[in-house]
Amino acid sequence: MEPTQATTASREVMVQNPEGLHLRPAGKLARMATEYKCSLELERCGQIADCRSMISLMTLGATQGSVLTLRANGPDADSAVEAIARLFDSHFDEL
Amino acid sequence: MKFSAFISPKAVKSDLGSASKDEVIAELVQTLVDAGEILEKDRDDIIRAIMRREELGSTGIGRGVAVPHTKHPSVAKLVGTVGVSSSGLDFESLDGQKACLFFLLVSPPDRPGDHLRALENISRQLRDDQFCKLLGQSKTASDILNLLEEADRESSAS
Repeated sequence: MEPTQATTASREVMVQNPEGLHLRPAGKLARMATEYKCSLELERCGQIADCRSMISLMTLGATQGSVLTLRANGPDADSAVEAIARLFDSHFDEL
Repeated sequence: MKFSAFISPKAVKSDLGSASKDEVIAELVQTLVDAGEILEKDRDDIIRAIMRREELGSTGIGRGVAVPHTKHPSVAKLVGTVGVSSSGLDFESLDGQKACLFFLLVSPPDRPGDHLRALENISRQLRDDQFCKLLGQSKTASDILNLLEEADRESSAS
């Protein structure tokens, strides 16, 4: 049996795109999230979304300037959080 | 943003006949022309704009749902329609499933907030399995409208 590495990571990310976290960035995020083994969620004002689901992400209604808490739990949590935070910082390559 | 704020009741369609992505987008845009929400002269340009948007990545968001959309200067406010395809069609969705439920949106270029709020409402409802199931089973436009009205009432009650 492989040893389990329970790792958690979290950080705050800000939506910087003028159009908010709309479908295209949500799709990029969902695709990226599926590349990792860890669970990944975003929280906004107490509402939690699964990063692998575009539908779930869209329910956040995250407009420009929204600050979200990104949380990961699993063996590759650190690298997942880092990669997703970069996606937010790069404005999802939209600007 | 409630469905009643952006879905044109006259445009919703329960029996989409299209078999491809191009066809269904044209069919849905035509429902907005027939409902008087957009002008005939703008139809082809809006269809092209929606297709260009699809080239950036499919708006098939999973669970058999697609949300094709575009901004277009010909509309003064966000307008949308709902369509149901009983057989479903390939929309290059993220999860690889056929799309059966369509929410097509056309918004003015300067109102990204309204577009986001409409997507938020649609997505919230889609998390409800019962809503998806009943929408997929809609046989008439009034079935769809009843379901949207019920969703609006429930969202204002919560």
